[in-house]
Amino acid sequence: MAIQPPPEAPLAPSAPPARKPGRKPKPYQPNKLFWVLLASPGILWLIVLFIIPFYAMLAIGEGKLDRQTESPVAVYNPFTWSSANFVNVWHDLFGTGAFAGWIAWRTIWYVALASLLSLAIAYPAAYFVARFAGRRKGIFLVLLIAPFWISYMMRMLAWIDLLQTNGYVNKVLSFLHLGSPNWLGGHWYTVILGLVYGYIPYLILVLYAGLDRIDPSLLEAGRDLGLSRVRTFVRVTLPLSRQPILTGMLITVLPMLGDYYTNTLLSGARDTSMIGNLIEGQLSTPSAGQGAILSLIVLLVLLVPMIYYVIATNRASRAAT
Amino acid sequence: MSSTVVSKTVSQPIAGTKASRVRFLRNPWRHPWFLEGFTWLYLIWSLAPIALAVLFSFNKGKSQATYQGLSLRWYWGDKVNSIWYNPQLHSAMFETLKLSALTTLIAVPIGVAFALGINRWRGVIPSSFNFVMILSFVVPELIFGVAMFFIFTQMPGLKDIGLGNVAEVLGLVTWNVSWPAIIVQGRLVTIGKQYEEASADLGCTQFQTMRRVMLPLLTPAIFASAILVFSGVIDDFVIVDLLSSNATNTPMSVIIYSTQHGGNGGPALNALATVMLLMSFVVAGLGYLGYRLMTRGQRVDGQQALTAIAGAEG
Repeated sequence: MAIQPPPEAPLAPSAPPARKPGRKPKPYQPNKLFWVLLASPGILWLIVLFIIPFYAMLAIGEGKLDRQTESPVAVYNPFTWSSANFVNVWHDLFGTGAFAGWIAWRTIWYVALASLLSLAIAYPAAYFVARFAGRRKGIFLVLLIAPFWISYMMRMLAWIDLLQTNGYVNKVLSFLHLGSPNWLGGHWYTVILGLVYGYIPYLILVLYAGLDRIDPSLLEAGRDLGLSRVRTFVRVTLPLSRQPILTGMLITVLPMLGDYYTNTLLSGARDTSMIGNLIEGQLSTPSAGQGAILSLIVLLVLLVPMIYYVIATNRASRAAT
Repeated sequence: MSSTVVSKTVSQPIAGTKASRVRFLRNPWRHPWFLEGFTWLYLIWSLAPIALAVLFSFNKGKSQATYQGLSLRWYWGDKVNSIWYNPQLHSAMFETLKLSALTTLIAVPIGVAFALGINRWRGVIPSSFNFVMILSFVVPELIFGVAMFFIFTQMPGLKDIGLGNVAEVLGLVTWNVSWPAIIVQGRLVTIGKQYEEASADLGCTQFQTMRRVMLPLLTPAIFASAILVFSGVIDDFVIVDLLSSNATNTPMSVIIYSTQHGGNGGPALNALATVMLLMSFVVAGLGYLGYRLMTRGQRVDGQQALTAIAGAEG
């Protein structure tokens, strides 16, 4: 009997003396300074190279023009700001004969059409791979993600090659007696094609990640309770994919609004130019101040969706805890 | 009356196939062939143009539109215009690698430290800077690039830096620092606080906890974000387009854009783009293998590793 180790009972009292008597067990309380030190390089970086640049942009937009050098001069003191550039941009946007107003409208239409088309193409593909690819999921996923790793410029170059007047697209079309249009001659549909092709990989990735996270048991429950396949999709999958759709649309729409290169490469015509072309075209000219104001207006308009994105991201990461 | 009888007798032979078709349609677990076909069409549409662009880089002739036979002329065969001998194209390849390496080396440590600090330090200051950081992730690149262009051409103090390599790296770091910051924060949330508390209970200082416990746990996330930053810089266009000043600091993407836009396109550009593609794929491949190696023993499958190095998973 004595040889046998006594089970459990003597172990329990031996645990508390590990703490020193008289001292309360201290909860884990790390030193805040340590976190401040860790975060400070990033914070300083963001102040100097993210916040200040936007202030500089404002200062140039509200600044004046040096008549001698024909270059804009930044004014950093808000009390001496001039509104000349702002008035000019306002007239270009909304005044009579406003050329920038048309460009803004065109930008909105192009981006709306391109992003909705992207969604219509990306959602079914992402849905299929996330849900039905089965054992071939790996290979589908590699193919789906591959364009994400291919540079935007190469993807545009690929379409420039195909869409030339003697390119392969026209060869197929003339073989079918459908004529041979000059695709790269400044057409809205070529620009839309470029935008869809250019930004769809980012959208599809977000959609796939969101759809893949949906618990299959929820869908099975829907089916078990007598919903048809279509109704399960409408009542279960679609509501659950609302967040990925919103995030994905933001992640495609925001860069599309600042796009100028797709347009210059695939069209180059004035009557397809977008707000990005307008801003980029003014950069090294005397009207750079107006470009700055235009950028700030775009930024202000986009602040609402951007802040929505930030809040949604925070909510998602809090939900994960 | 008679017509129904006729139709009945006529429909009799094909009733079997009709019933089977109905049964096929009613089968709740049938394979979605339409969706699969659609997905394949999408994949062909998204990848075939790239394959053709790669093919044109091996073109014998000068055309970017018609395939005229296989050659390595545009890689190094041509002593003037190939990417190896044309000084501008040649230097662009190394410029891209240089920018990628420098940006990754600076952005990842800053971003990781920022994520650790911001995530644990509670208050208004950290949460507002976290807000600013995520804002830098979604702001249109052109708007950010224009702001950067202004400070390096106008702002006293920073104007002396001017456009060029330093400006490009500073811009790229700011643009990419959100990758490690977001990914590491996501990972911190899933790790939770228990490891930190355990190591503090066992007598580690905060620094030791970071060094010995948190960093090893975060290694896959840090690695994935480094891969994303590196490949992101290879593919970056807007910032380097706005902040480069001359041929010696112009990377591949800008060369492709400006040469093609200037009307001097040719298979050499396709060759350059193919080199770019190869670089990205090598980085992605190494990223995938490295990620698998680091998460060995954890429940991470290949698909999760794939999405992780593409930035779609914490």
